[in-house]
Amino acid sequence: MNGPLSVATIVVALVLAVWYLLRSALNRAPSRYDLLAAAALTVLVAVLLAVAVIGLFDGERPSDTVTFIGYLITTIAFTPVAAYLARLEPTRWGSLILGVACLVIPVLVLRLQQIASVTGA
Amino acid sequence: MPEASARPRDAALGSGLGRVLLLVYGVFALSASARALVQITTKFGEAPLAYLLSAFAGLVYISATVGLAIGGARGRLIALVSCSIELLGVLVVGILTTADAGDFPDDTVWSHFGSGYGYVPLVLPFIGLWWIWRHRPRPA
Repeated sequence: MNGPLSVATIVVALVLAVWYLLRSALNRAPSRYDLLAAAALTVLVAVLLAVAVIGLFDGERPSDTVTFIGYLITTIAFTPVAAYLARLEPTRWGSLILGVACLVIPVLVLRLQQIASVTGA
Repeated sequence: MPEASARPRDAALGSGLGRVLLLVYGVFALSASARALVQITTKFGEAPLAYLLSAFAGLVYISATVGLAIGGARGRLIALVSCSIELLGVLVVGILTTADAGDFPDDTVWSHFGSGYGYVPLVLPFIGLWWIWRHRPRPA
């Protein structure tokens, strides 16, 4: 959970966030490529979480498993939900939705890391 | 492409900026209620007041989300009441926790004006109320 993959996810999400916020500030609706980029981020997050779940079977379990699984589900579902809302909103606000989502993803990943690092005895 | 200004006055409460608010309120509805659920089920005895407040905050965020989602006169009223309670809650709890932490041994979404959540809980009700005010019904 603490590897270069999560760092990459956070960096990609933040770069995308800056891009989407800029697009929104310039009054641009999300383009096809913007939505594809959100889909790519979803794939990256999915890979990260798959690695985390495999880690669950590898001995070191977080002491707060329920919260961990709750965060897993939220994190994996988050970008698709935001992309869905952004598709409903073909205005600058659609770009803002994607930007906000990309700001929330790093928080979710960091929280997951925190919870994963507290392992039960 | 001035889409934002071309938006009709009577467009739905949950479109445009409203859809962004819908997402943010949804996030807070989920995080506040999930937090309350974990706190109440695992360690309710430690700080019942703080945990009940967490649950209350969760409910307020859920009803604001629902109000924005259903829109219309009823949705607008639900969102208006929820955002007002939210503003009151974050201000009162923020002042109480900053002045004296005695009654709040554990954190809630609104503690210290929502500093644990990047002060978003403090800013959110102002944006919400402004948006609802902009959508007040006008005589045709």
